[in-house]
Amino acid sequence: MLMVLGYNIGPLLAQSVLGMVNGAFYALLSLGLAVIFGLLNIINFAHGALYMLGAVVSWWLLTYLGIGYWPSLVIAPILVGAFGVVLERTMISKLYKLDHLYGLLLTFGIALIVEGLARNEFGSSGLPYAVPAALRGATKLGFMIMPTYRLWVVVASFVICMSTWIVLEKTSIGATLRAATENAALVQAFGVNVPRLVTLTYGSGVALAALAGVMAAPVYSVNPNMGSDVIIVVFAVVVIGGMGSILGSILTGFSLGLLEGFTKFIYPEASGVVVFVLMIAVLLTRPAGLFGKAS
Amino acid sequence: MSASTSSTYWGFTKAQIVALVIMLAVIAIAPTAVYPVFLMKVMCFALFASAFNLLIGYVGLLSFGHSAYFGMGCYIGAYAAKAWGFPAELCVILAGVVAAAMGAVFGAIAIRRQGIYFAMITLALAQFTYFLCTQMAFTGGEDGIQQVPRPFLLGMFSLSSDMAIYWMVAGVFLIGFFGIFRIIHSPFGQVLKAIRENEPRAISLGYRVDQYKLIAFVLSTFIAGAAGGMKALVFGIATLSDVTWQSSGEIVLTTLLGGLGTIFGPAIGAVIVNTLQFYLSPFGSWVTITQGIIFVTCVMLFRRGVIGELADKLKIAL
Repeated sequence: MLMVLGYNIGPLLAQSVLGMVNGAFYALLSLGLAVIFGLLNIINFAHGALYMLGAVVSWWLLTYLGIGYWPSLVIAPILVGAFGVVLERTMISKLYKLDHLYGLLLTFGIALIVEGLARNEFGSSGLPYAVPAALRGATKLGFMIMPTYRLWVVVASFVICMSTWIVLEKTSIGATLRAATENAALVQAFGVNVPRLVTLTYGSGVALAALAGVMAAPVYSVNPNMGSDVIIVVFAVVVIGGMGSILGSILTGFSLGLLEGFTKFIYPEASGVVVFVLMIAVLLTRPAGLFGKAS
Repeated sequence: MSASTSSTYWGFTKAQIVALVIMLAVIAIAPTAVYPVFLMKVMCFALFASAFNLLIGYVGLLSFGHSAYFGMGCYIGAYAAKAWGFPAELCVILAGVVAAAMGAVFGAIAIRRQGIYFAMITLALAQFTYFLCTQMAFTGGEDGIQQVPRPFLLGMFSLSSDMAIYWMVAGVFLIGFFGIFRIIHSPFGQVLKAIRENEPRAISLGYRVDQYKLIAFVLSTFIAGAAGGMKALVFGIATLSDVTWQSSGEIVLTTLLGGLGTIFGPAIGAVIVNTLQFYLSPFGSWVTITQGIIFVTCVMLFRRGVIGELADKLKIAL
């Protein structure tokens, strides 16, 4: 066995790669938060609850309609995204002229309602969601054997994140979006329907959260509390990365998952707090975040 | 919010004096009609919400992790009473001091960012505290600290009867309430409001806003911790539930519902939220759902809260 600093390198690498699974979800969620924040200037506190809703909808589709994992990957984000569009049109859009804190408070209230209803419906214990047949078993990676489904989560989430980045950076719709982030009034003057753009952006961000939820269902089982457990860590991720850069938030998400996995091997008790400790360190040295622009 | 009209009494306007008299009368009479332990709980949370309101209402800082200080106050108060046999007043003061020390460290970190980042950082730091509380030995982990004996006040007055400790809680609540009122109406408080209204301008006027924010944060966490220590003495228990983010959310709700930046709002908010909890607790998650609905309704329809709307209708400051 290869040794580094007295640790077996094999199990260390294995834990780190497993940490990447958490990192995949951090990346997807912080990406959605960053996209929404860029245009709407609100922190979507409901993001965790909508991620949970994605998982619940996919479970619901399977249990009551017999619709499996693969169609769910498309249907659940569309349904939850549509719910997001309704939320934005009926409530969030009324708050843009106010202090940004009200957006946070409103979405926090929405999160409480969604989670409370889910707990009412399903209780606090998790509902099992079977891994799809094609992704069962394990894959040999040379240094470790990894459950195929987890490998899929890491790869798929990476592909989704990078596609989102490409859409934002390289397409004309992405260019319009970035322009509206810089100066919405000017973009509106060019004839772009900015309110609709804002609504669709919120819907897409929410759909990303729901997609993460569908992918998380077989890993963590479907649980009404799964969203609030993860969202606070994602907030810390967002503070560490800074929301100025899309690529930055993706990178930070994956790296922090890796760091968590790493810590789980070296000092397991600290794995729950390592992200927060890093957040403190970053705030002390680079208050704007690793990829953020100084305000 | 400050009414610096000609006729103020120690900074209170006439309307506020009337409200104050009503509040004192309620505190004095209510225990004859309502279960005193419930009233004590309300006063602990009213003090906690008033401390939170000092930040959101008067400095414009949304601390979304204030339960960390309240919950730590609970643990310290319970531990000091049980393990060290401290008298009641020392338990409460020590709870405040430890929470304030924590607030000084966390506040210094959090004020490095503004706006919603500040809210996210305070929330993350509170979650950090929660994890620490699950691990540290003195908190008792999942069990918490249970069966805390009610200590003596000043080492001689027994607090074992509910009415005896009721008067102590009422006293501490009123001291905290007046303390916050004086902070708000002091020259220091005026600077805090200036920072809330226009931070760059306060900086250009030569105020070191970071120091002002930090002092306000420490004061707020001191009061929150003392309120927590008091709650631990009343119930004889300190558990993880007081350190959770849900508990942080509840105090935001309490203050928002009562009225951000009003003197009496947090107390009214604490009455409403605790009453709702009392009646809804048999229905499990309906507490959460109702709280969510109140949040949404407040933000969408009446952002000034109950007291804020009332004050606006009557054209007075409350």
